[in-house]
Amino acid sequence: MPVHHLEETFQQTVDAEIKIEAKDWMPEAYRKTNLRQISQHAHSEVVGMLPEGNWITRAPSLKRKAILIAKVQDEAGHGLYLYSAAETLGMSRDQMIADLHSGKAKYSSIFNYPTLTWADMGAIGWLVDGAAILNQVMLCRTSYGPYARAMVRICKEESFHQRQGFEALLVLSKGTQEQRAMCQDAINRWWWPSLMMFGPRDSESTNSDQSMKWKIKRKTNDELRQNFVDMIAQQVKLLGMTLPDPDLKWNEARGHYDFGEINWDEFWNVVKGNGPCNRQRLQARINAHEEGAWVREAAVAYAQKQSAKQKKVA
Amino acid sequence: MQCSIRKFYYGDIPEEQGGGAAPSESMNEHGWPLWEVFIRSKQGLDHKHAGSLHAADARMAIENARDVYTRRQEGISIWVVESKNIHASDPGDAESLFEPAADKIYRHPTFYDLPDEVKHM
Repeated sequence: MPVHHLEETFQQTVDAEIKIEAKDWMPEAYRKTNLRQISQHAHSEVVGMLPEGNWITRAPSLKRKAILIAKVQDEAGHGLYLYSAAETLGMSRDQMIADLHSGKAKYSSIFNYPTLTWADMGAIGWLVDGAAILNQVMLCRTSYGPYARAMVRICKEESFHQRQGFEALLVLSKGTQEQRAMCQDAINRWWWPSLMMFGPRDSESTNSDQSMKWKIKRKTNDELRQNFVDMIAQQVKLLGMTLPDPDLKWNEARGHYDFGEINWDEFWNVVKGNGPCNRQRLQARINAHEEGAWVREAAVAYAQKQSAKQKKVA
Repeated sequence: MQCSIRKFYYGDIPEEQGGGAAPSESMNEHGWPLWEVFIRSKQGLDHKHAGSLHAADARMAIENARDVYTRRQEGISIWVVESKNIHASDPGDAESLFEPAADKIYRHPTFYDLPDEVKHM
């Protein structure tokens, strides 16, 4: 069948809301876009363990420590679901990890910010996971089957992440003067980077957007960002805290909150590797990989030995 | 004027926009094969495909599957099969394989009109 026929059939399948599966024919650009997006999403989950891992030993109580360990373990799991989904598109796990370590593949810039106080654990759960959930809920309906299934699994687990974060802040917000100040400070530092998570403005794009046409994405960056602002602007009131944006205001005519301009120079600077923790995060991943090499090798040697033993018996 | 700025999304930073080094040469494969994981969620139900993972051997695959796929009591039994041992039908053959069943409505009980007096059958 000529390629343009295949492409037509492919688009009809997508338009009919039928999922594309790993072995189905797909345009090369669809495969590459999905591969890049899913692998970067996987990297984000894995690197995302680092800022929170920083606080596991310093959590203020056994309860908070158990919660934080469970959350970080979930993130490792989410990374694994996503790597598996990406592998169905024909790239090996090792290659993906090599691309992360070389800097070729990106991960979400939010994880290049430091976690300075315990309140950051709350702010990350509430704001960072809150922003991620909006994106992930949309991705549950993405057109590539393995990605969509991974996202359904992730979304089921993610809700606890946001709730525990908000609850941790709620406790601080009812605490001492210092605890309240710590809570507000964390919100101040995480608010703008959270808004940046949705990516550049829609106006920086062409009209015909291939990702939307292929239903890889179903909402634009600005739509998702607006949903997020509307949600958080309400929730922050329950904490008795404020968001660090003097332009944040309910707009009756639009039915949405207006908000101030994001510092895009900062956004691109962090993407390009110059955020507060870029080098530290990547180095931590590389170290973990290199220092774990002997474990992987030992496991292979053990498996081979066991298998040889079994053959002998048989 | 044609303007060709590409749009990208959360978690999807285009390669040319990023910093970092040039793509590295491919790393040595660690040699852990891929396994498909099937989970029985409760007694009396089938094992159902849950996903896949890498592990050095079957025992490690089961242990990893426990951690990756059953953190919230999703299962009471796990099967693992090395992915290379799964044989699948070709999506290109779907029509010839499954189409013949489409026009055989007489295979379904609702095809038959029976008098009401028959009651349950």
